[in-house]
Amino acid sequence: MSKAPLSDVERIKSASRHLRGTLADSLVDPLTGAIAVDDTQLSKFHGIYQQDDRDLRSERKRARLEPAYSFMIRARVPAGVCTPEQWLNMDRVANLHANGTIRLTTRQAFQLHGVIKRNLKASIAGINEAMMDTIAACGDVNRNVMAPALPALSAVHRQVQADAERLSDHLTPATRAYHEIWLDGEKLDTAEQEPIYGDTYLPRKFKTAFVVPPQNDVDIYAQDLGFIAIVEGGQLVGYNLSVGGGMGMSHGEPETFPRLADVLGFLTPAQLLPVAEAVVTTQRDYGDRSNRKHARLKYTIEGRGIEWFRREVETRAGIKLGDERPFAFAGNGDVYGWQQDDSGRWHYLLFVENGRIVDSGDRRLMTGLREIASRHRGEFRLTPNQNLVVSSVDPADKAGVEELLREYGIENRSQASLLRLNAMACVALPTCALAMAESERYLPDLVTRLERLLAESGLADVPITIRMTGCPNGCARPYIAEIGLVGKGPGRYNLYLGAGHAGQRLGAMLLDNANEEEIVGALQPLFERFAAERRHDEHFGDYLIRGGLIREVRAGREFHAATAA
Amino acid sequence: MTSQAAGSLALPLDTTQSDKLAAAVDGLTPAQLTWVSGYAAGLAAAGSPGDAVLIPAADSSPAAAPQDTLTILYGSQTGHGESVARGLKDAAAAKGFSVKLQSLADYKPSALKRERLVSFVISTHGEGDPPDDAELFHEFLLSAKASKLDGLRYAVFALGDSSYVNFCQTGREFDGRLEELGAERLLPIVECDIEFAAEAEAWSGDIVERLPDLMTAASSAPRLRAVETAAQYDRQRPFTATVLTNQKITGGRSGKDVRHIELSLADSGLSYEPGDSLAVLADNPPQLVADLLQHFGFAEDTPVDADDGQKSLRAALSEEFEITAPSLGFLKAWAARAESEELNRLLGPDRQSELAEFFATHQIIDIVRAYPAEVAADEFTGMLRRLAPRAYSIASSHAANPDEVHLTVAVVRYEAFGHSHEGAASTYLADRLGEGDTVQVFVEKNPRFRLPADDNAPVIMIGPGTGVAPFRAFVEERAERGAGGDNWLFFGERSMSEDFLYQLEWQRFLKQGILTRLDVAFSRDQAEKIYVQQRLRERGREVYEWIENGAVLYVCGDSKRMAPDVNAALEEILAEHGGLSAADAAAKLKELRRAGRYQKDVY
Ligand code: SRM
Ligand SMILES: Cc1cc2nc3c(=O)[nH]c(=O)nc-3n(C[C@H](O)[C@H](O)[C@H](O)COP(=O)(O)OP(=O)(O)OC[C@H]3O[C@@H](n4cnc5c(N)ncnc54)[C@H](O)[C@@H]3O)c2cc1C
Ligand SMILES: Cc1cc2nc3c(=O)[nH]c(=O)nc-3n(C[C@H](O)[C@H](O)[C@H](O)COP(=O)(O)O)c2cc1C
Ligand code: SF4
Repeated sequence: MSKAPLSDVERIKSASRHLRGTLADSLVDPLTGAIAVDDTQLSKFHGIYQQDDRDLRSERKRARLEPAYSFMIRARVPAGVCTPEQWLNMDRVANLHANGTIRLTTRQAFQLHGVIKRNLKASIAGINEAMMDTIAACGDVNRNVMAPALPALSAVHRQVQADAERLSDHLTPATRAYHEIWLDGEKLDTAEQEPIYGDTYLPRKFKTAFVVPPQNDVDIYAQDLGFIAIVEGGQLVGYNLSVGGGMGMSHGEPETFPRLADVLGFLTPAQLLPVAEAVVTTQRDYGDRSNRKHARLKYTIEGRGIEWFRREVETRAGIKLGDERPFAFAGNGDVYGWQQDDSGRWHYLLFVENGRIVDSGDRRLMTGLREIASRHRGEFRLTPNQNLVVSSVDPADKAGVEELLREYGIENRSQASLLRLNAMACVALPTCALAMAESERYLPDLVTRLERLLAESGLADVPITIRMTGCPNGCARPYIAEIGLVGKGPGRYNLYLGAGHAGQRLGAMLLDNANEEEIVGALQPLFERFAAERRHDEHFGDYLIRGGLIREVRAGREFHAATAA
Repeated sequence: MTSQAAGSLALPLDTTQSDKLAAAVDGLTPAQLTWVSGYAAGLAAAGSPGDAVLIPAADSSPAAAPQDTLTILYGSQTGHGESVARGLKDAAAAKGFSVKLQSLADYKPSALKRERLVSFVISTHGEGDPPDDAELFHEFLLSAKASKLDGLRYAVFALGDSSYVNFCQTGREFDGRLEELGAERLLPIVECDIEFAAEAEAWSGDIVERLPDLMTAASSAPRLRAVETAAQYDRQRPFTATVLTNQKITGGRSGKDVRHIELSLADSGLSYEPGDSLAVLADNPPQLVADLLQHFGFAEDTPVDADDGQKSLRAALSEEFEITAPSLGFLKAWAARAESEELNRLLGPDRQSELAEFFATHQIIDIVRAYPAEVAADEFTGMLRRLAPRAYSIASSHAANPDEVHLTVAVVRYEAFGHSHEGAASTYLADRLGEGDTVQVFVEKNPRFRLPADDNAPVIMIGPGTGVAPFRAFVEERAERGAGGDNWLFFGERSMSEDFLYQLEWQRFLKQGILTRLDVAFSRDQAEKIYVQQRLRERGREVYEWIENGAVLYVCGDSKRMAPDVNAALEEILAEHGGLSAADAAAKLKELRRAGRYQKDVY
């Protein structure tokens, strides 16, 4: 174990009496819109981030006012599935207490922004009214468990979804603090146990996903823990286990890097919980608790070696992993529009630009989805690409849904280019405290410029993934997009190219700290060459590597090696 | 150092004189130097050095036999009346008469029956209420307890402001009641508007002229006194201060625009204490001037009479005359000119509250628009009062900000009668002054709103809205002094996120332990409206304990609703937690007030 002192967050967790801290007092302090500094760490475990409107920061400071504090609430949606009632409830809370928008996240969860402190409790209680909660949506625990959004094979899909939900339940913290603080639950004695996590939980956030090839929509390689469904003869026989993926890094700190997960071997559905728990507890016991920038599972594995890790997991789970089974991925984006599953039900995958549910002009997403939800008898699925599926529509109801999509101007617009449909931006400014540059508010404009260039080069029909984040944390998984843009300063981005279209290869940096002109200037000639030299069905990222235009990154630890080709 | 000081003083002196002076003051302590400067000023004030020794004793001189003494009693909130009273005292003393000057706060009402000759100087505040220091005396005088005053001769100098409905109300009450009690009126009451300097001088002249007939000249041993030597600025000689900061301190979504204004006092010699106000001489809003010109069809260069000769109408309306807040005089003149039944009815008896409401909601332009009349330019300006300085509670401690003075100004801007309106001074400060611009100001002393002399005494400060301004000065001052006393602030506004004036500073003072407690009431942050008085009640037990432990109570801000509501809450707290009847609680609060343990600065 490391001899360096524990990080401050470890002190806070351990003194928190299972995540209680002084949250209850913080909530009623009338002199500030903020909560106590230590509590800002604990609130995350309850799905709540303290933020402030960064657009107003300097103005308010000059006005001798504290920052315009508000809170972001993240509601867990295991496997991304929610009922129409839950949707309507989220819509109600968003309008009543938040900024009137809903944000679908890159991990298939809901976020509400702009909730002020005195409305927090009512918001959390409101969310819980529809049997949805926010516990462990953030914090040093297992986060929202992801599962594929499109049920190509619905029987298999249902099983995978059930496994995802089962695992999600299994890894939810046991503390009653959440109920006490937010739901006026009875105060229990704090000698309660956290059977899996222990008193100080995990060293860092932990992310789990399930995937059903060939679509890698969940980006399995970006996850700490992944289960790749192996379907043989139409039956789910088990999963390939993947471990040690993650995106986050820090500019200028090469010891931090994005890393793709390793596939360790095969397991049966029955071995799922023991193996998952073994991975979690190994990370709990061996993860770095002194340096939070080095605390994710990916660094634990890098440090001790993948074979050590396999042995540790097998010992703890009491099983031996089978050999990895073959599988192949086609892409990490979403497949838009109507699809029918093997039971005859219909699913409409709806494009939601950057996951923001809001009425804007003729495109009245918020209202339209409220209308759909109030009639819909199936369910909704949040996709890992920030989109939404109106799912399980009875054939008899399909026309009605189509009608509403048209009426509110929200059907996937024919004019949305392939680039835009494959674009993703993280939230960034003005709410994200860590943003260094714009993202959600800016990517749509950049896409408008780039889609024109692509059309001019005759590439309008080629799907290219483009993702932007406001900082190197990588919330929109930009390092595995064919065009990755990572904020470095206002109006400045690092440009990464050459990633795999299915998220199976990391990109490499082409430009450092570039502005829009430099970015467009670099991409234009590459688009032109790609158009001229493209092989049949070749993806942009693959072409750049084949052509030697970009260095191929074979492993996360090579990510920062000398740039470009 | 010393010769340098003398050298810089030397302008009106020849070399020999300057050398003598330098030698005379060499080695004196600062306190001694101050005394000497006062001595010299005293000599100057007395006209010639020879007369100076005749300047008689100061306020504290033992009372001479009543018939030999002129007693001057004053009630004054912002110091105007006090300055008039001192003026009379100095004038009488200069002629060698024995004078006794006293604030009504320090005067035992029952002593009045032994007086023979009293001059009263009294202002009106609130809504026709006496100034704080005269409250108890006023109550006594008007009550049945007041005894016959057959042997008394008196004169009343009343200060007021004719834009208030109850113009010089308290003065009138004094004058009428004294007569009722059998006293003999020496001079008719003088009812003074905000311009009082000339009338005050004439009045003291009148009185001093009669003194030889009224009493025998005093022959008590002369004593020297030091006159105040701090640089004196006043309305006639304001200081020109430079704006250092003009910062909006409400949030972007606030319904209010409140400014934090910092002015430089560098090289002014001007000093102030926490509790004082700063008077600002402002120009009127240019748009309003233009609107008035346009409304009447006056040419902007029409010459009109102004204080210092003739001026263009535009200049006069901008700088000379009050054109926002109407005065009673204006309303009467306009009602007559416009032959308006409605206005005349409003001016009739028993319409006090309607009239007050009318003043609070109408500017002059609203009146001339609603009740039109044709007037010539000089006729119109003849109806107007001179533009009055506006007072702003000083929001800084001089000790903590040696060369600066800070204000907290709520900008008056509103829509009414289909037009946008502005207040004169607040928009002058907020909109028409930028950093580096200059503004004319002077300090208005407020000796009845002072931190306790005892640094260990606890204080409770109740200051919603801009009423918090002097408490920023208080807290800064106590921090600067290292005062050990506990400080409890009650603040209120509409919304926490947008209107929490000086939020970051209070948070810092709390963290540093300088502010002991802070309770806030944000009226619009929840379904039901919550104000400071409610917070006071909620904390009633602790408030009571603080009072029992010697806390001094301060209230600043709105006089119409807040101050009376807070007063009622305090009475309730004394009753509930002190086990007193309502009447006893009210009496106890009055007693606290008399003892200077409950001070108000409300407007
Ligand atoms: C909403 C979301 C982006 C979006 O546009 O959808 C998001 C938003 C934020 N992420 Fe993230 N992350 C989101 C998915 C991700 C992903 C993608 C994923 O999980 O597949 C990653 C990369 C994968 C990974 O974890 O490595 C990611 C890596 C981070 C990191 C870097 C972690 C690291 O190990 O370095 C941070 C910062 C941190 O943890 O210190 C972060 C922190 C944040 C915070 C909470 C900022 C903060 O800590 O103060 C952002 C809130 C912004 C806001 O105003 O809403 N977020 N974040 C995603 C919410 C997912 C969810 O529902 O749980
Ligand atoms: C001792 C003392 C201390 C003070 N301290 C402060 C302080 O710290 N901060 C501060 O901001 N002020 C303070 N004031 C008040 C300040 O002096 C001014 O009265 C205030 O700034 C308005 O002046 P003005 O020249 O801008 O408005 P004026 O030109 O005087 O205009 C006011 C007139 O506008 C009309 N009016 C105003 N509001 C409305 C409305 N909402 N609806 C209809 N009609 C309206 C009324 O006719 C009113 O007479 C203090 C006053 C006193 C006496
Ligand atoms: C808050 C406030 C209320 C006032 N109310 C009245 C009033 O009702 N009637 C009146 O004639 N003058 C009123 N005045 C004007 C004062 O009497 C006037 O400014 C006078 O010069 C003050 O003298 P002082 O400083 O001696 O108290 C009021 C002044 C203030 C600041
Ligand atoms: S990538 Fe950075 S800027 Fe974007 S949401 Fe995540 S933490 Fe914020």
